Amino acid sequence: MSDTILEVRNLKKYFPTPKGTLHAVDGVNFAIKKGKTLGIVGESGCGKSTTGRVILRLLEATDGDILFEGQNIRHFNKDQMRRLREDMQIIFQDPFASLNPRMTASEIIGEPLLIHNKVKNKQELTARVAELMELVGLSPRLVNTYPHELDGGRRQRIGIARALALKPKFIICDEPVSALDVSIQAQILNLMQDLQEQLGLTYIFITHDLSVVKHFSDEIAVMYLGQLIEKAPARDLFSNPTHPYTRALLSAIPSIHLDHKMEREVLQGEITSPINPAPGCRFAPRCKYAAPECTSREIHLNEINEGHFVACAMAGGDPLEIYEAILSRLH
Amino acid sequence: MTEQANKQDLLSIEDLSIVYEVDGETTYAVNGLNISLKRGETLGLIGETGAGKTTTALGIMGLVPNPPGRIVSGKVVFDGEDLLQMPKEKMRGVRGNRISMIFQDPMTSLNPVMTVGEQIAEVILIHEGVSKKESCRKAGEMLEMVGIPAARAGDFPHQFSGGMKQRVVIAIALACNPDLLIADEPTTALDVTIQAQVLDLMKDLKSRYNTAMILITHDLGVVAQVCDKVAIMYAGEVVESGDIRDVYENTKHPYTRGLFGSIPDLDHSVGRLNPIKGMMPDPTDPPSGCKFHPRCPDATATCAASEPEPVLTETGHVARCLMLQSMVEQTDVNRVQG
Repeated sequence: MSDTILEVRNLKKYFPTPKGTLHAVDGVNFAIKKGKTLGIVGESGCGKSTTGRVILRLLEATDGDILFEGQNIRHFNKDQMRRLREDMQIIFQDPFASLNPRMTASEIIGEPLLIHNKVKNKQELTARVAELMELVGLSPRLVNTYPHELDGGRRQRIGIARALALKPKFIICDEPVSALDVSIQAQILNLMQDLQEQLGLTYIFITHDLSVVKHFSDEIAVMYLGQLIEKAPARDLFSNPTHPYTRALLSAIPSIHLDHKMEREVLQGEITSPINPAPGCRFAPRCKYAAPECTSREIHLNEINEGHFVACAMAGGDPLEIYEAILSRLH
Repeated sequence: MTEQANKQDLLSIEDLSIVYEVDGETTYAVNGLNISLKRGETLGLIGETGAGKTTTALGIMGLVPNPPGRIVSGKVVFDGEDLLQMPKEKMRGVRGNRISMIFQDPMTSLNPVMTVGEQIAEVILIHEGVSKKESCRKAGEMLEMVGIPAARAGDFPHQFSGGMKQRVVIAIALACNPDLLIADEPTTALDVTIQAQVLDLMKDLKSRYNTAMILITHDLGVVAQVCDKVAIMYAGEVVESGDIRDVYENTKHPYTRGLFGSIPDLDHSVGRLNPIKGMMPDPTDPPSGCKFHPRCPDATATCAASEPEPVLTETGHVARCLMLQSMVEQTDVNRVQG
């Protein structure tokens, strides 16, 4: 499809550890259309941040293809990557740790422009930095401030301005608002939404916050222990969550509505180790619907509705049938 | 407040003010705070970074670091006694025994060189005057109660996951069966599914032992699921408080409304969020009049000039807003005494 900006196929990232191979990302497939947002959600250790880093080649993939605008960038050399970085950027979670404490706001925002020779002289640099600061809503008087003088919201605005400096097409946002207070979080989310509309940006939005991801994404991918277990348009995922893990995850969100006591599907136990995982469904040890077929074969994503993919041995057809199958299993 | 009302309350904080003095600069962390709590009740204390939530908790526990912290005025009446006037020795017998606290980060609030069993037994040994053997036995029981096999009592904190460590912290806090439990962001560092487990556990234990709880958080959802009462803090003051249903459904203060507008709602989709403009005021130089007026969409000239008094809303909760005050004065509804 021509409007697909990024596609990953069978992406894998393994880390060797003394105890065995850690499967951080294990056979992930997805595609994103230009100008859209894909939300990746999951709990700590599910491989969502690693996926983001592997796509940008900040970490080298163990296997798989990363196609950006049709080109497989996994085998790009240094020069090619350098050029590509203009199009692909990242915003990090902790706006304090990701900004150099010894550089001023304008130096941080201007650095990518200098590295990529985007400005001819000092005047042009100053003008461009001023433009970027205005774009992200930073007051011009802050040009010479250091990150420690600013609050979290403003620091994150600097991180966003830096990511936008090279006019990228695609930005990976790795928990960009998790460290911020709710009122500031909403300001930053609105800013990112406006920028997407203005500049036609494509986002991968990595987060553990399901209400933020629903608000922000066109499509949502749910990860569990390195694997993508469900992917659907945002609304479908919330109205018809199908994978038992997705259902447990959604039911765990505390609602702000007092009468909205969701039927909790409390998960037993905790996330198992991604080191040398057993074959089959990785959620099976915690799943109350688990059957022998869950662990006897690899479970792949299966389209159960238009655009709604689930990797569950129990899912595959009519949601009602699945539900009945689950019910019969319970009795 | 009458004598009778005081007797019913397990905890009643009156006009508590706490400041931090560093290099000649005074930070007004808590200003004239009033909170009351009955036995078995759960109060959600909501606010953003720097609102003074944790300082309030430390004030109740008598743990405000001095210097730089100093309690300027107020009373913390717990079960009829003012904790602020209590001798240190006596306070030590209350703290950890009748009032205990769960801190935000389970990774840093446990001692890394003591086994979890020892850490639970330590509290029991100090407060209950039992033998060492008995305290160890009880520590095992506490672990089982929070869903950890007693056989793991000999393990060190690093051998547990985040959710398990928080369970250990809860076990320590509940070891002496306290009357009041203060939980400072107990689930903020945890994943949602683990958060759900921990909240369920706390709810269950609380109802079983009729423990009163102050739950400090910035998460309106967590409060909605767990608390009976709520107090919204902004810049060291409680701006709105009362029965949870009343505050959530008949929100009166513009700051509370702003908080609700800032979070994406799972049940109703909105195109854009409605954030509060601007930022928290500098606590060393708070704005005049109503502390929220520079960020308030409804602010008028009066808001910068005079400080709002607590007003009883028609549905029965308390809000501190001048706009409300003038409306209430016009309709001649009784004002609550400060």
